[in-house]
Amino acid sequence: MALQLRRKTHESVVYIDRDSAPRIIPSGEDFILEDLPIGTRVIYPNAPIKGLPNREAAIRYALNHPHGCDPLFAQLEPGMQVTVAVDDISLPLPPMATPDIRQTVLEIVLDMLAGHGVDDVHIIIANSLHRKMTEWEMKRMVGKRIFDEYYPDRYYNHDAEWLDGLIKIGETKHKEPLTLNRRAAESDLLIYVNINLVPMDGGHKSVAVGLCDYESLRAHHEPQTIRDSDSYMDPAKSELNHKVHRLGKIVDEHLNVFHIETAINNRMYKGDMDFLLKNEDDFTAFDRMKFEAMRYTMSKLPRPARRKLLHSKPAQYEMIACHAGNTEPVHEKIIEKAFDQYAIPVRGQCDILITGIPDISPYNVYSVLNPLLVQVMGLGYHFNFYRNKPLLKKGGVLIIHHPCYDEFDHKFHPSYIEFFNRLLPETRDAFVLRDKYEREFANNPSYVEMYRRGNAYHGAHPFFMWYWGENGRQHVGKVIAAGAENAHVPAMLGWDRADNLTEAIAMARSFMGSSAEITMLHQPIIAIADME
Amino acid sequence: MIVWRDYTHNLLITTKPTVWVIVLPFIKSNALWPCGIHRVLDTKATEAVLAAAAFYDLEGTLVSTNLVHTLGFYARNEPALFRSFKKSASTLLSLPVFAITDQYSRKVFNDLYFKRYKGVKEDRLRYLADDLFLSVLKPAVFPGTYELLEKSRRNGLRQVVVTGALDVSVKPLMAHLGIEDYVANRLEFVNGVATGRLLPPVMAAATKASWIRVFAEREGLSLSDSFAYTDSMSDLPMLSIVGHPAVINPDMRLRQTALHHDWPILNLK
Repeated sequence: MALQLRRKTHESVVYIDRDSAPRIIPSGEDFILEDLPIGTRVIYPNAPIKGLPNREAAIRYALNHPHGCDPLFAQLEPGMQVTVAVDDISLPLPPMATPDIRQTVLEIVLDMLAGHGVDDVHIIIANSLHRKMTEWEMKRMVGKRIFDEYYPDRYYNHDAEWLDGLIKIGETKHKEPLTLNRRAAESDLLIYVNINLVPMDGGHKSVAVGLCDYESLRAHHEPQTIRDSDSYMDPAKSELNHKVHRLGKIVDEHLNVFHIETAINNRMYKGDMDFLLKNEDDFTAFDRMKFEAMRYTMSKLPRPARRKLLHSKPAQYEMIACHAGNTEPVHEKIIEKAFDQYAIPVRGQCDILITGIPDISPYNVYSVLNPLLVQVMGLGYHFNFYRNKPLLKKGGVLIIHHPCYDEFDHKFHPSYIEFFNRLLPETRDAFVLRDKYEREFANNPSYVEMYRRGNAYHGAHPFFMWYWGENGRQHVGKVIAAGAENAHVPAMLGWDRADNLTEAIAMARSFMGSSAEITMLHQPIIAIADME
Repeated sequence: MIVWRDYTHNLLITTKPTVWVIVLPFIKSNALWPCGIHRVLDTKATEAVLAAAAFYDLEGTLVSTNLVHTLGFYARNEPALFRSFKKSASTLLSLPVFAITDQYSRKVFNDLYFKRYKGVKEDRLRYLADDLFLSVLKPAVFPGTYELLEKSRRNGLRQVVVTGALDVSVKPLMAHLGIEDYVANRLEFVNGVATGRLLPPVMAAATKASWIRVFAEREGLSLSDSFAYTDSMSDLPMLSIVGHPAVINPDMRLRQTALHHDWPILNLK
């Protein structure tokens, strides 16, 4: 039995045996140690692909050898109007150590533009309906030199509610409208600088989503599209991707876009926290010491301080590929590289899927992982980390591990509070929510102002978060929140709760049968289970 | 007013565990909602759709000035140089008193503040109103004010300003902002001269709330669907009667209250 369990189908897939070490499970700002049942399959992130030794050279090479169009320098003329759009703070996660890849790309691109007499240059953060980045975050992302030169007049956030700053580009034959940032759309050249963290990023999504308005977004950020995406991390089978692709065709018809995409490896942590990415069976004494030291320190700190500490740890991602040129061929190359990094061949679905929810999500950078975001990480992102078929069987049990505290950030997530407390008690039906309340929230003058003049997510954003859990919600038979410190948050989300993982597994087994197959995603992980 | 967190808390946390055992399975199947909510929702669904409004405080909320700026302007524009100097100095020296009384009670503040107008002629106030608007109030309108009003208007909300400022002084500003419905304080005049007293109802604190109730009833407005905006803790009653309260550039006390109740906190600067 032991030998059978110890078999390795892939270096990232480990089976728990009698003498296996307990596993570390992130649960919000905490890290807990749990003994898993024998036979549990644990999926770890792949080993990081080695980063490119000279990323400046790689970027220059990409600019000079683009796919499907002339090199960037050949497209430049003195006096032309150029807009450079960049991904916002939701990528990568956690925010990467400086210099950010965007800074490196921008330094090269802006020097090239200046060298060719192009002075009319704006840098726009393609935040879509995400919160606008703060001044400090903007400075950190591009570096002091660019920030001082361009901020605030020529380096700013996209504003999806500034009517004069938007222009309608057209609509697809499926009546999906596309309204984009006017400056970007009317420029002679739009250069998009992307960082690809997960396979749904980049490609046509960059411009068609990052620079659009609410009406354009709601055409594809809706429950049916998500239900029809199997999964949204698999571009070929993602209805979301298909719709965005259609919009991208319109972008290509009307705008001259030069796309620069980069792929990064998955080296989320290095040094004092690198043990989080390792197999616990392979821990050295030093790894154990580091973990115990971190756990002890964390246990002495209040939650906000723990959160602050975790958010102060930048990711150590390295660039593993850079391609430039026309959107589609560039994206194809980058996706290929991303799957090289993230794909893990996995045989057989499981009955019970366990995933800890770390304090890392695209929507809580320097903020709180509120209940809706816990939901989107569990049923949305973690559930959708697959290709071909879900890791979890239809009707299976998803166990998430998180305290599920009833805490919201008033500055960043004001509309989430009303959504959670007012709407969810009425219904959890995504279609009803969309039809009955989405526009009300989107047009709420208070939320609009907080999005425009503050740093709040758009009023409609909590709806999108709910929809993003829709295919997961339809697929699973039950969700159990292990370690939830209250009853009402899991109840509002439609979940069961358990005090700890052992209890949750017992509950799941009583639902799925005592021989249920268990798999755990070893968090933090960015991976795609390539199901056979 | 619905305080969302309390609403949930009362409904979900204070429900006895035995009740939960019965209710939870139904909640999951979307078949039955806790009766409190069910009733509210059904009632709402069957009600005729009422119009709604956005109620704004003015000073400190839509404009950066406060009542003292207005008083200072009138003092500076006294016809005689000596009187102008005397009134300006007197206004300046009164600032600490105004600040303290405003913290203590808006009614006491009003009593003290409007006494400063005693002896001022009505025609002079009207004569200076346009100057006051151009030199003091218009530059003080927050940049976000125009956007907020515009968005609110596009949503079909009636725009109503409820202010403790003087009616004569805010009239041009209301025209500038395109606001037709407003209520402000009115000085009592005898033979065209201000007595330093206000005519009732005095717009402050709870009076604003009761005025809004009456106004909403008369105009057929739904307070549950209405919005209210203010910067001052004294306007808490006004925030408490609408379904969508929000605070703008709040002081520390109001900020804490807003955080406690999960109200949006706006910055129009």
